[in-house]
Amino acid sequence: MDVTETFIRFWPKLLDGAMMTIWLVFASTLIGAVIALPAAIAKTSGNFLLSTPVQVYISFFRGTPMLAQLFLVYYGAGQFREELMDANLWWFFKEPINCAILTFALNTGAYQTESLRGGLMGVAAGEVEAARAIGMSWLTMYRRIILPHAYRIAFPALGNEVILMIKASSIASTVTIFDIMNYTSEDYTQNFDFFVYLLAGMAYLVMTTAFVNLWRMLERKLNPQWASMAIQGE
Amino acid sequence: MKYLGRMVAFAVVVVFLSVPAESIAGLSLGDAVKAGQEKAAQQVAPEVIEQTLMELFAWGDTGWGDELAVGFGLTVALSITTLPIGIVLGFCVAGLSLSGKKSLRVIGLTYSTVFRGLPELLTLFLVYNGVNQLLNSIAKSFDVNAAFVEVSPFAAGVTALGLVFGAYSGEVLRGAIQALDKGQIEAGFASGMNRWTVFRRIMLPHIWRLALPGLGNLWVNLVKDTALVSVIALEDLLRMTNLAVATTKLPFTFYCVACLAYWIVCFASERVIARMEMRVSRGFRRA
Repeated sequence: MDVTETFIRFWPKLLDGAMMTIWLVFASTLIGAVIALPAAIAKTSGNFLLSTPVQVYISFFRGTPMLAQLFLVYYGAGQFREELMDANLWWFFKEPINCAILTFALNTGAYQTESLRGGLMGVAAGEVEAARAIGMSWLTMYRRIILPHAYRIAFPALGNEVILMIKASSIASTVTIFDIMNYTSEDYTQNFDFFVYLLAGMAYLVMTTAFVNLWRMLERKLNPQWASMAIQGE
Repeated sequence: MKYLGRMVAFAVVVVFLSVPAESIAGLSLGDAVKAGQEKAAQQVAPEVIEQTLMELFAWGDTGWGDELAVGFGLTVALSITTLPIGIVLGFCVAGLSLSGKKSLRVIGLTYSTVFRGLPELLTLFLVYNGVNQLLNSIAKSFDVNAAFVEVSPFAAGVTALGLVFGAYSGEVLRGAIQALDKGQIEAGFASGMNRWTVFRRIMLPHIWRLALPGLGNLWVNLVKDTALVSVIALEDLLRMTNLAVATTKLPFTFYCVACLAYWIVCFASERVIARMEMRVSRGFRRA
């Protein structure tokens, strides 16, 4: 089969799938970030009652395959169908896309918590002491001193989590979501044209490379002092 | 990299060593399944209306305990077979990306970029369908009426997971090799050791110490990634769980148990790796 022919046949599907993949990654990493902030603060709080549940949450989502987690949420919800219908939650769990985003968000939330924890622990102790010494409230201290630093320290690690999510989102294809992976498998089983796998692979590589560059750009924007350091270095 | 030739030789030896492991794993698992079927044929199924948890996970034809155990065994066998292949591949990739020749460096870099950038699921499909298509086109070129040849899903799983593991472990090992103390290697040569002895007795212990935390993380990832082989009909733990769910209509219960099994393996692995890290760095332990 001709390669150009395959490309012309497949690219609309590839585009459609890429939109779905990007939406999955965007929604789940954003929700994951919302989970990660309180979880990371709870884990570094030093309070046993706060850090233990977070520790269990992280351990579970990092210690089990995401495919199994997705099946647990999507198919597992079916076991409690009556109860979920009574609680008026069935509309949510019956859609595979909701289950996928929920699972991915919880999963990446666990990984992001660990990255952010590294950032929180990397904030210089002197700065925290200084904030306390001038009488900042807990909230002001986190908002103005700790979090701006912690996010900058954790920034590259958080970027890695997003890249992992771009790749892991291909798992959504197993619950009938039409992302890049599902369109590719479908096309392969119809035409037995191996080239579509290479196209899909290139699409994923382009997405991750584009994201890496975007993230580097953002990192430079977040750290304007680097620019002047570079000039001094020269 | 000076030791490339020897690394390749080592890779070949390990691949040969792991081939019996695969066939042994396949054999024993096949036997277990066959024994289970025979048992099912001999025994008359008791009439169970409402199954309790104990009965659901019982050994034998009424419960799913033995089937899940067989699946679990395959998951473990797959991980253990992939590990040496992946590490050897990682050494090759590290050797390539540290090579003095630019062309070899480009090969190493491209390999690790591609296989770290592709989703594991896509790699698995690429290998499984790609090898199948290749084998069939070869068979067709010899004989037009050749029967449809199919590569074993186990081999495809090991290859795909090994390729991914090789790409990641290549980066870990490269970091470890770069962190080696050059003076110790020179001292080894100065005291008359040959290249293999220097590698085995001076470089390898340090590489092992420096790479262990990274390799430990990769091992946990590998165990989790084996769940993906259930999509190419390899009867691992997750696939067996799928089968159990299809029969019992209790998805939450069974996926919970599967998750728990993976969790236990990962948790235990982390503990063992932490102990190993303590041991390999005992000469370097801080006061």
